[in-house]
Amino acid sequence: MDRKIRVLVAKPGLDGHDRGAKVVARALRDAGMEVIYTGLHQSPESIVEAAIQEDVDVIGLSLLSGAHMTLFPDVMRLLKENDAEDIMVTCGGIIPDSDAKKLLDLGVSKVFGPGTPTDEIVDYIKNNVEPRE
Amino acid sequence: MDSLTNLLTRVLSGDRRAVARLMTMAENGDAGAREAMAKLHPHTGKAHIVGITGPPGSGKSTLVDKLALEFRRLGKSVGIIAVDPTSPFTGGALLGDRIRMNAIALDRNVFIRSMGSRGHLGGLASKTGDLVRILDAHGKDVILVETVGAGQSEVEIVRTAHTTVIVEVPGLGDDIQAIKAGILEIGDVFVVNKADLGGADETARELDTMLDMNPVDTGWRPPILQTVAKSDTGILEVVDAITSHMDHLKETGNLKDRVREREKTNLLELVRDRVVDSLMENDNERGLEDLVDSIMKYELDPHTAAERFLKPIR
Ligand SMILES: Nc1nc2c(ncn2[C@@H]2O[C@H](COP(=O)(O)OP(=O)(O)O)[C@@H](O)[C@H]2O)c(=O)[nH]1
Ligand SMILES: [Mg+2]
Repeated sequence: MDRKIRVLVAKPGLDGHDRGAKVVARALRDAGMEVIYTGLHQSPESIVEAAIQEDVDVIGLSLLSGAHMTLFPDVMRLLKENDAEDIMVTCGGIIPDSDAKKLLDLGVSKVFGPGTPTDEIVDYIKNNVEPRE
Repeated sequence: MDSLTNLLTRVLSGDRRAVARLMTMAENGDAGAREAMAKLHPHTGKAHIVGITGPPGSGKSTLVDKLALEFRRLGKSVGIIAVDPTSPFTGGALLGDRIRMNAIALDRNVFIRSMGSRGHLGGLASKTGDLVRILDAHGKDVILVETVGAGQSEVEIVRTAHTTVIVEVPGLGDDIQAIKAGILEIGDVFVVNKADLGGADETARELDTMLDMNPVDTGWRPPILQTVAKSDTGILEVVDAITSHMDHLKETGNLKDRVREREKTNLLELVRDRVVDSLMENDNERGLEDLVDSIMKYELDPHTAAERFLKPIR
């Protein structure tokens, strides 16, 4: 068996920077994971579709635009509609505490604040991905 | 067993999650995967498998995106497998081909899968072949396999295709070596992408000259086409060439030969893997190390050592 953790790193929304997402993507790769990077301006539909086709264990979404309260509910709903709620969703970016709470209620596993060390993200994923049979 | 049958039923009925899961199992060398692949086999053999290879950054993913769109316009469903290198040091991989595949990302009749080359010792072609078979059984009409044209294993992946498209860019320069190293012989269609950059005519001419010197005559003269994948220019011609190549294979009977050659290579690769695997089982790893020691002490030569290592299955 040659199992690898597969992570989809996506940058939804309209703002044009993906530096943070790329840093995280590289850190996950360097930790031995297979990172599928989909680039900027991804819609909830394309994120969920990619996650399904790539059979990822984790979706890591990074966003700055403050659009999280409209994007995340869609992502979570689409995962459910596609019988894919078992895929873990994490989120990074500038997100107020009150919203972070709402995201967790929606089923997001973890919200990483700005400046979270990449090691912490790597460890969280390694420790929380369920081994699949 | 029951869950496996269930998974297979779902794959054959077009369930995308099941397709994706079976691909993961196949890639991981999961015990159930082999059984599943065996049951899948009778449902394969219908797709046109197209390999797309060329140097990094030549625009392969962009081209694949546009080709897929064109095949969709022709009413064909499309599967895509994009292989990128795995870091030999960390085992991780950054798979970024989807960035260029936005035109088709939401089309339910397109299935895109990214794949890391992992540490498959020469078995990469066989793993890729498994994913291709899954998409084939899933009912995809055309399967595009993107690989970076660098090493021998990529060349072998391409050999699993019916039609191979070589993507180059203007100003071949250093690539001439790579072309000499066997790319030229395996190309059925040549594409000079980034024709907007200038110098494409010259590159096309160089390729043409090199093809003239190709000693193998199969009755198919590979066309050399120019594209600007980024702006959708010349794509129709590439699709036409790919389709004509398949027509040619069918008309001449070469298709059967090609498939036969492919199945033979794949079978040999599988046998080789399993022979090595079974020799490494039964605590024989120590035996291997001992033999290496003997070679290093000049007590044994490598051929004799190999004979001894093979003894358990002789
Ligand atoms: N100028 C130009 N750039 C292109 C063309 N096709 C692709 N590119 C760009 O070349 C870069 C690499 O493309 P990509 O498809 O990822 O190449 P790959 O590594 O071969 O898959 C990207 O920035 C593309 O936008 C083209 O026809 N002309
Ligand atoms: Mg690419």
